Amino acid sequence: MEMNIPLLSLLIWTPVLGGIWVLYAGDRQENTVKYLSLSVSIITFLMSVGLYLQFDSTTHEMQFVEKAIWIESFNINYHLGVDGIALPLILLTTFTTILVILAAWEVIEHRISQYMAAFLVLTGLMNGVFMALDAMLFYFFWEAMLIPMFLIIGIWGGPNRVYATVKFFLYTFLGSVFMLVALLYLYSQSGSFNIIDLQMLPISLDVQKLIFIAFFLAFAVKIPMWPVHTWLPDAHVEAPTGGSVILAAIMLKMGGYGFIRFSLPIAPDASAALDEFMIVLSLIAIVYIGFVALAQQDMKKLIAYSSISHMGFVTLGFFIGFKIVANTDSADGAVMGIEGAMMQMISHGFISGALFLCVGVLYDRMHSRQINDYGGVVNTMPVFAAFMMLFAMANSGLPGTSGFVGEFLVILSSFQASFWIAFLAALTLILGAAYTLWMYKRVMFGDIANENVAELKDINSRETLILSLLAIVVLVFGVWPAPIFEIMHATIEHLFNHIIHPKLG
Amino acid sequence: MFENMEKIYLAIVLAPLLGSVIAGLFGKLIGRSGAHWVTIIGVGISSLLSMLAYKHIVFDGGEMFNQTIYTWLSIGSLDINVGFLVDRLSVSMMVVVTFVSWMIHIYTIGYMHDDPGYQRFFSYISLFTFAMLMLVMSNNFMQLFFGWEGVGLVSYLLIGFWYKKESAIFANMKAFLVNRVGDFGFLLGIAGVLLYFGSLDYMEVFAETAAVDGLTMEIFSGHPWSVITVICICLFIGAMGKSAQVPLHVWLPDSMEGPTPISALIHAATMVTAGIFMVSRMSPLFELSEVALSFILVIGSITALFMGLLGLVQNDIKRVIAYSTLSQLGYMTVALGASAYAAAMFHLITHAFFKALLFLAAGSVIIGMHHEQDMRKMGGLYKYMPITWITSLLGSLALIGFPGTSGFYSKDAIIEAVHHSALPGSGFAYFAVVAGVFITALYSFRLFFMTFHGKERIDKHTWEHLHESPKVVTVPLAVLAIPSILLGAFLIGPMLFGGYFEESIFVAAKHDVLAEIGADYHGVWGFTLHAFQAAPVYLALAGVGVAWLFYIKYPAVPAQIAGRFGFLHKLLLEKYYFDSFNQSVFAGGTRKIGSFFWRIGDIRIIDGFFVNGTALSIRWFSGIVRTIQSGYLYDYAFSMIIGLLILLALFVHHLI
Repeated sequence: MEMNIPLLSLLIWTPVLGGIWVLYAGDRQENTVKYLSLSVSIITFLMSVGLYLQFDSTTHEMQFVEKAIWIESFNINYHLGVDGIALPLILLTTFTTILVILAAWEVIEHRISQYMAAFLVLTGLMNGVFMALDAMLFYFFWEAMLIPMFLIIGIWGGPNRVYATVKFFLYTFLGSVFMLVALLYLYSQSGSFNIIDLQMLPISLDVQKLIFIAFFLAFAVKIPMWPVHTWLPDAHVEAPTGGSVILAAIMLKMGGYGFIRFSLPIAPDASAALDEFMIVLSLIAIVYIGFVALAQQDMKKLIAYSSISHMGFVTLGFFIGFKIVANTDSADGAVMGIEGAMMQMISHGFISGALFLCVGVLYDRMHSRQINDYGGVVNTMPVFAAFMMLFAMANSGLPGTSGFVGEFLVILSSFQASFWIAFLAALTLILGAAYTLWMYKRVMFGDIANENVAELKDINSRETLILSLLAIVVLVFGVWPAPIFEIMHATIEHLFNHIIHPKLG
Repeated sequence: MFENMEKIYLAIVLAPLLGSVIAGLFGKLIGRSGAHWVTIIGVGISSLLSMLAYKHIVFDGGEMFNQTIYTWLSIGSLDINVGFLVDRLSVSMMVVVTFVSWMIHIYTIGYMHDDPGYQRFFSYISLFTFAMLMLVMSNNFMQLFFGWEGVGLVSYLLIGFWYKKESAIFANMKAFLVNRVGDFGFLLGIAGVLLYFGSLDYMEVFAETAAVDGLTMEIFSGHPWSVITVICICLFIGAMGKSAQVPLHVWLPDSMEGPTPISALIHAATMVTAGIFMVSRMSPLFELSEVALSFILVIGSITALFMGLLGLVQNDIKRVIAYSTLSQLGYMTVALGASAYAAAMFHLITHAFFKALLFLAAGSVIIGMHHEQDMRKMGGLYKYMPITWITSLLGSLALIGFPGTSGFYSKDAIIEAVHHSALPGSGFAYFAVVAGVFITALYSFRLFFMTFHGKERIDKHTWEHLHESPKVVTVPLAVLAIPSILLGAFLIGPMLFGGYFEESIFVAAKHDVLAEIGADYHGVWGFTLHAFQAAPVYLALAGVGVAWLFYIKYPAVPAQIAGRFGFLHKLLLEKYYFDSFNQSVFAGGTRKIGSFFWRIGDIRIIDGFFVNGTALSIRWFSGIVRTIQSGYLYDYAFSMIIGLLILLALFVHHLI
């Protein structure tokens, strides 16, 4: 498709420049800042919808490609493009940004322009991560993204925010340094930072393993996988609502995206050799973290642990394929697993975002996240209770909500690898329902627990709007997930064909 | 109009959904009467169209309908669709579900009259009807699972309908989680189906059975198990959750915390029979595994006998009926195990009517008694509530299988079928279902006598206001009483011996017990008279007699027996300790494990040892480095020498 509008660049730089403009407008013009930020986020979203409408789902090729020389001496390019893996994540990013801006409306009282600006800039950078086809450009966006998030938690966060930000920063930064080393090594071998070139580069198994481990350190921290997950609950607890939403809905997906864009295609033989390691860690995430979630007293921690457990399905779906091919001589189940994992990422974006917003609604009113401070909220906030019921059920993977689709497909495909993997993964049906509904019961059901609950006001029209938007997408993609799979299929089928063939050098 | 059945089937499913959405989202706007009208019309349309579809398929010999409505998702060559399969099996289920649901919608107007959650309640029960229809009409496993969990969701919402009641919100979570244990197995079964059959579409799966029969898989290495057996047992675990079979039965008695209409609709007539329906639907699979059938037979007979016994010691009127439901579900399961799917479906249908009737009658009593459910505070109610009394009597007669009633035909068919079965476990099953007849009669008439006859034990305040329930309550009772008594005699011939279900149920020739019985079947009269030559009828009558002796004639006797057999009595009162076991081992254990993992695994080991340990060791290391970086040249020189020495050593040993 011939187009002169650089849509991808616009998707990155509109929110970034918009953010700078908002910052310039300053706190004195509070309403201007709010409406300006909202407009920028809506325009960005509409542009991503345009991207979707023009996207050709029949090919795995990169589309809307832009390429310009950035640093010639190192062959580093400003090189962007999207395929069926990136597109859904970009749509998720731009959609979530609108919600986050709306959620901040009356809630953020100081430095509102900086707050809005941070989120807009962050959106642009996250879009950049999903679009970059040059490994250095990717690394630039990847690290740059940490800065606004660092500020969001550090400035608007809770009392223990310094500890949480440092932990968050050190963890993710440490992981990505290893990625940088791997990328530099790959450059030294190929003379290119083009991700597609790197995917084609033949590498010996031992070196692939080292590269895989380096990538693993970066992405496993980000998604996060057990045992490098403990930064996430702390970061969530201290982050403001919007920060938690972006963190859960999008930043965790960066880890998943890294696995599918870098680890699997660049080191496919190492992925195949180390698949059991990944599967075991994924299952630990699903089962062990499921148990840990049960023990939480803080709602945000509980949802954070639930996120880690759900991300276990993403890594499981990505790495289960090698065993399926060995077992069934067919790639169908493997492709199903990867697509299920992708669906899980997208759906988790909606659901965890919605749940953090729900906790935000309660926190704004009661200034507590402790489950024990609540009880009987349904009596005073029935509309809110209905929304939260829907999201709680979606989090438990109820069919008819988007939360079901990914888990269903990953469980179906892991059965093709081994009965016991499916058995352990399917335990989420019980554990996920147990921790989610138990929290719901303690917070929402029962008689009014105390005076604070008695004085709660039900959600206002702004909050209703935000939660309705999320409720609609959760239900629509639960009842009709086909469009997402249509976008992904050609890309993922091609990807799996690539990774199943050895490229040892 | 039969050219376009697709639209009719869509309307059957969507009308209750639409009613539910309107009543749920716009409940305040349309008010209480608006909510009940919109849902009653929705379910009414659904019910009438289901009858029309029934006429089309059963009487007019119309084509079975098996079509995709839309593609849910497709991955390469695999399409997962939403679609309907309407044949004789599903259309029969549709009529029962929509009709009972319709009656219960009407009854609810009276029962929930003063409840502040009136609109919400109507929204839920219509949503339930939608989910149940999706389950019944599905033509594939994904949609089956959707309906399966959907009814579970509404059951959860309705058990916890009175959300201020601690016991109700405990019971609803328990119900959902226990059902999830079943669904866990069910999902693994579905995954097995996809792996070995390559499809989730029923017809495509059934067409492949010959190819899969005989395949084995190794769950424990070195032990090849039949694939079909593993799949069938996994699927049946799902049925054990939904249809409340031991040991996943524990949620059903507690579900009585919900309002009575839903006890009738969901926890007696429809949802709990989903497992029975599912196994019948999957008969082409289950017929290939005698191991699975035996397993079903044994689980069913344990449920039928031992859950019935628990009904003997309960004093809450609804709980007695709940245990009776468990026991009757056990009967249906036994029939499935004996390959008498038609008999299971037959009992499912008759039971739906008479059990809905009994629950609604109990509800009528509860309204009359101002929400008192303890039978020890009732007695002699027949004087005040004549319609409730007579309909209860008819329902109880059907339940105990009194000759001529619907329950008699369906239950006797099951007993006969088990008698003819040759599977391992059928001997025990036969004993269980025959002994169960006596137990059923005893607890049913214990309930009947304690409630309606004998000494009035009602407190004065209640007594002053005691009167028969309004028409919206009594009319559904009367309407349900008719099929409870008459339906059996009409259905037995065609349904069991007349090939009623045609191809929708498959029975292997060597398991076909109903055909053996059918060889001696010479009409309803013959079957009825024949029953007088066998034990069950006399056992039922004996049960009624004993109930009369114990609860009317010598009311002191039960307490004496309970005292004499204190251990047994305690065992029954404690429900065989299932609840205490689950509570301490599963619920408590899970929480302890969670807490342990968190405090030891995450906080102590990962954060405490590794993360903060790393931080500490960096501090320690940097402390050392700091002393080395003293600024004196010789220190640097010294460290350089050491470094060179190390490098040299490595070099010499060929390490670099």
